[in-house]
Amino acid sequence: MPGSDSTAHKSKSRRPKYSQFSQQELPAFKLILTPGYVISTFIVVGLIFVPIGLISLFASETVVEIVDRYDNECIPKDFRDNRVEFIKNKQTNKSCTRTFTVPKQMKSPIFIYYQLENFYQNHRRYVKSRSDKQLQSKKNAAHIRECKPMGETDNKDPIIPCGLIAWSLFNDTYGFSVKGKDLKVNKRDIAWGSDKNYKFGADVFPKNFQVGDVGGKSLNSSIPLSEQEDLIVWMRTAALSTFRKLYGKIEDDLQANDVITVVIENNYNTYDFKGTKSLVLSTTSWIGGKNDFLGVTFITIGGICLFLAITFILLYVIKPR
Amino acid sequence: MAGNRRKKHHFSRIHAFSCGKTSFKGDHSLIGGPGFSRVVHCNDPESFEASVLNYSGNYVRTTKYTLATFFPKALFEQFRRVANVYFLICAILSFTPLSPYSAVSNVLPLVVVIGATMGKEVLEDWRRKKQDIEVNNRKVKVHCGEGAFDYTKWRDLKVGDVVKVEKDEFFPADLILLSSSYEEAICYVETTNLDGETNLKLKQALDATSNMHEDSNFQNFKAIIRCEDPNANLYTFVGSLELEEQQYPLTPQQLLLRDSKLRNTDCIYGAVIFTGRDTKVFQNSTGPPSKRSKVERRMDKIIYFLFGILVLMSFIGSIFFGIATREDLQDGKMKRWYLRPDDTTAYYDPKRAAVAAVLHFLTALMLYGYLIPISLYVSIEIVKILQSIFINQDLHMYYEETDKPARARTSNLNEELGQVDTILSDKTGTLTCNSMEFIKCSIAGTSYGRGVTEVERAMARRKGSPLEEEVTEEQEDKASIKGFNFEDERIMNGSWVNEPHADVIQKFLRLLAICHTALPEVDEENGKISYEAESPDEAAFVIAARELGFEFYERTQTSISVHELDPVTGTKVERSYSLLNVLEFSSSRKRMSVIVRSEEGTLLLLSKGADSVMFERLAENGREFEEQTKEHINEYADAGLRTLILAYRELDEKEYKQFNEEFTEAKNSVSADREELAEEIAEKIEKNLILLGATAVEDKLQNGVPECIDKLAQAGIKLWVLTGDKMETAINIGFACSLLRQGMRQVIISSETPESKTLEKSEDKSAAAAALKASVLHQLIRGKELLDSSNESLGPLALIIDGKSLTYALEDDVKDLFLELAIGCASVICCRSSPKQKALVTRLVKTKTSSTTLAIGDGANDVGMLQEADIGVGISGVEGMQAVMSSDIAIAQFRFLERLLLVHGHWCYRRISSMICYFFYKNIAFGFTLFFFEAYASFSGQPVYNDWFLSLYNVFFTSLPVIALGVFDQDVSARFCLKFAFPFVTVPSVIPRRCTEYPV
Repeated sequence: MPGSDSTAHKSKSRRPKYSQFSQQELPAFKLILTPGYVISTFIVVGLIFVPIGLISLFASETVVEIVDRYDNECIPKDFRDNRVEFIKNKQTNKSCTRTFTVPKQMKSPIFIYYQLENFYQNHRRYVKSRSDKQLQSKKNAAHIRECKPMGETDNKDPIIPCGLIAWSLFNDTYGFSVKGKDLKVNKRDIAWGSDKNYKFGADVFPKNFQVGDVGGKSLNSSIPLSEQEDLIVWMRTAALSTFRKLYGKIEDDLQANDVITVVIENNYNTYDFKGTKSLVLSTTSWIGGKNDFLGVTFITIGGICLFLAITFILLYVIKPR
Repeated sequence: MAGNRRKKHHFSRIHAFSCGKTSFKGDHSLIGGPGFSRVVHCNDPESFEASVLNYSGNYVRTTKYTLATFFPKALFEQFRRVANVYFLICAILSFTPLSPYSAVSNVLPLVVVIGATMGKEVLEDWRRKKQDIEVNNRKVKVHCGEGAFDYTKWRDLKVGDVVKVEKDEFFPADLILLSSSYEEAICYVETTNLDGETNLKLKQALDATSNMHEDSNFQNFKAIIRCEDPNANLYTFVGSLELEEQQYPLTPQQLLLRDSKLRNTDCIYGAVIFTGRDTKVFQNSTGPPSKRSKVERRMDKIIYFLFGILVLMSFIGSIFFGIATREDLQDGKMKRWYLRPDDTTAYYDPKRAAVAAVLHFLTALMLYGYLIPISLYVSIEIVKILQSIFINQDLHMYYEETDKPARARTSNLNEELGQVDTILSDKTGTLTCNSMEFIKCSIAGTSYGRGVTEVERAMARRKGSPLEEEVTEEQEDKASIKGFNFEDERIMNGSWVNEPHADVIQKFLRLLAICHTALPEVDEENGKISYEAESPDEAAFVIAARELGFEFYERTQTSISVHELDPVTGTKVERSYSLLNVLEFSSSRKRMSVIVRSEEGTLLLLSKGADSVMFERLAENGREFEEQTKEHINEYADAGLRTLILAYRELDEKEYKQFNEEFTEAKNSVSADREELAEEIAEKIEKNLILLGATAVEDKLQNGVPECIDKLAQAGIKLWVLTGDKMETAINIGFACSLLRQGMRQVIISSETPESKTLEKSEDKSAAAAALKASVLHQLIRGKELLDSSNESLGPLALIIDGKSLTYALEDDVKDLFLELAIGCASVICCRSSPKQKALVTRLVKTKTSSTTLAIGDGANDVGMLQEADIGVGISGVEGMQAVMSSDIAIAQFRFLERLLLVHGHWCYRRISSMICYFFYKNIAFGFTLFFFEAYASFSGQPVYNDWFLSLYNVFFTSLPVIALGVFDQDVSARFCLKFAFPFVTVPSVIPRRCTEYPV
């Protein structure tokens, strides 16, 4: 509105207050990319990255890893053309024996993984098909809205644990022996502590599980979910369609050239969707399992930096601006 | 002003032409018809007849929203943005199983963003509301029956109320003037708030009501006013007043408009006719056109592009998903048995894979929604508000003298400042201060005054002469008296008595002291006298007379009193002249005269006017100094000064008596051509004059204007001056502010040539117009040829065009040619242009060249131009607030434009641009990771990140760094921005080509 005259404000000045901030005069620094600066940055980055890469690669090399794909080999010869029928047939003998040699000494703990390929644990339907509430507490047994079609039995009794994930629980088993002596497999403490303590209730017991349509492993209904570590591991869905999950730990050292015999109960159906199954034995080092990627990446980046540094030096010497 | 003492000035004598009886003219027959249906029962608003009419109250609301309309209206505003509609649809869909995210995490960002924007609206509206409350609760005296007046809030005023407004108060509504404290019921009104004009306007009540000077007179006052319906026209009014069964015509002469101010008058009585929204000022206030910056428009395009990518990505994903889903179940055999494709919902049904794919498409649209930056708009708004705070806070744009900092009124054009390539500027008040200084005079053929004008200074500077230093020193000494910059010891301090033509000098100065319509105001504390004049020129003359020893100190009804220096005794004597007639100044007459009788009894006609009309009125024996005076006038004009010729004549009694009779008769006639008649008679007596000399007044340039224009030119910004002044003045100023330079070739397109004048006088108007147009076209083509053929060595061109030619040049078939020529010229000056033409030129430049235009002006006549331009900058100077009110950014001085454009414009443009780039970068980078993950999750629509991480990513995790960049980033410091104005040019033209993402 015009008319709100300034007479009232005359006494106080409208002069803006001075501060370096309000006048946008704060000291500022702007990087100017001079050749010297660029080259030395590249050299420094290169010199730091290459050794880190080498160390990581070396650490990865010390890890001993044995991978044995058994999904093909564990089908008897006469079922090779009809694997799906073999695996679905309850009468067939699913046992299968695999042997392999330890290439280097493996210090305990030796981790046992099973590795599946082409299994979409990250499919939206699959990921959502679980009830965290039901898993957590006994009183939420009826919380099965998200679990369809594995929410309830035909008699409308809620399934615990419900949902596709639990239903399709991996059910191959492995028995290990070296030189005729059984190796003890520790299956405790293979799941995350937080999952065990908070997400899976100690008062929740399996109920109506794997009744009717059987997908995967059944659970002992007298053990609470928080103790069912295989289930807990399985329920933490993998991000990619190729994944490893921890099966157990061997707490003995294995010597080089030891021959390990594994008796596999080959129950799990990966044949329908042309997935593979492998058994993995691996030790760890400070960078985790065997993984060359980190080391290779560091070395590559460091190498590129050094290469650029040298190129720029040459350019600078030959054709300075 | 003490008590009820009434000033008894005979102002009708001063304002010979504008006062007088009014007559029923043609328009008055319309009263009562359609469009003229308003009936006002004066002093009786409670009566039955009045209450039937039910006119709105005087409550005004300038807020955008009310409590009730806020939510629907503000939400509607928000969802006019395409992106917001998209997010709204996403939020609604998120309650269905389609959604890849949980509903809360999807709705929350939308709520935050919309909430923030609406919060801003509330804040802005609250400010308006507070202003409304203040205005509505102002108090005014209203007649409350029994002849008593009492204070009432403005909001409670009703149509028909009789109000009493006192000196320096604003009128609370549109009033009909009934009477004033002056005998003749006149009053002075300042309309600065309405039209920006500073001079006082004279209003006069009808004779029928003019005698009610006391409150008690209104006890039984009853009248009915019939008038036109509310409309926006400030300068017309048609109505009639019915008083005691007598009809009296009402004209704009009786209309007092809301928001104008009563001046120099103790009080007035008026009847309220239009209230609140019906008042002319509110009818006039249209919301400012909403302007969007180019960057924002570009940004919309990028968002549409991203939508395209989004749809494409979703489409690809849906195809893959559909294929994978269909294959899950073939011939009753399940492939991925763990998904139970045999017992599933429509979303994953292999038997109806096509439906599943379509549903998945919707899911994917939501999933990849992170490509569209939801918080972009709100972040930009926050950044722009912070940027405008920096603009408002800038000390370098604070003007000490008027205590005015820069004010960014609309924040959404900040970055546009960095892209301006044409500035269209007003002259008076913008380039110049609009304060006149008496600087030189020529008396009896001798030129006095050693002051150096801005133009001379500019020329000297260009030639590199040492004149400058001495000038600046000199300037510091004085400048104590506003409007007076005269320095000459020959006539200062009374030494003129020793000059050869002392008698002429005496008459000259006396004329300056008497021949005017200014009013003196004596400061009671120190006895100093200041003057209230209609124009700054006139004030400069009276001040000059005072400083040179002829102090005009009192104006009574019939006399003017002056302290004079007596040349014989050398002492100050009081002399008073009885004022007989004032023949006013008008643009057609180009002169004004007064007729006075001196104490000795001689009758004098004192006259001043433009050289074009004055020289032809000189008597044979009055041309003694004609040659020298003409020479001086030309010199003054070259120095950029405005000149006036002063002349006088002694009248004999008989001649005067005859004149006075005729003149009075003409004045009191009721015919429509009353004014022409009076002019004709005045013309008869203003002849056979004796030349005294000439005055020269400088229209001072504002500080730093030439430097600023230089700098802007360096930055590649063109300046067009659009002024209402005449061509000579405009060219003078052009030189003064280094817009025109020696060595520039001027292309002058004018319709003021002798042949065009003869054309105009011819009978056939259309033929004359066609011929004039042909002549303008011819001149334009010649200019264009000059432009095409010109090589650098001949120097740049300057185009100067006058208003009449401009009318033809702006016609559809010619305007392209005109524009081509104008763009090719280094400087363009349009003189004698009307406000409408200013706006038209602005529109032409804006639309035809698709360049960013900035209009700068200070007066009401610039409003059209300011609103038409991409950016309107108002000068909050001497003239009213109208320009500032309709501007986007207000600054106090023209020179601040340099910093506004080169520093803030540059920074804001860069900041906003890089901020938008940053925004798209972060969102595209994020959105694509979601897409890439889908490739590994058989496009099932599973997001790779946690819901809450996703929803907080945009509104929380990544918004602050971007905002910080948008507010604080500086590529170069202010000093370098100003020093090397060239980056200003390179930003808009080079970077976009290099970086396709750059939203410019």
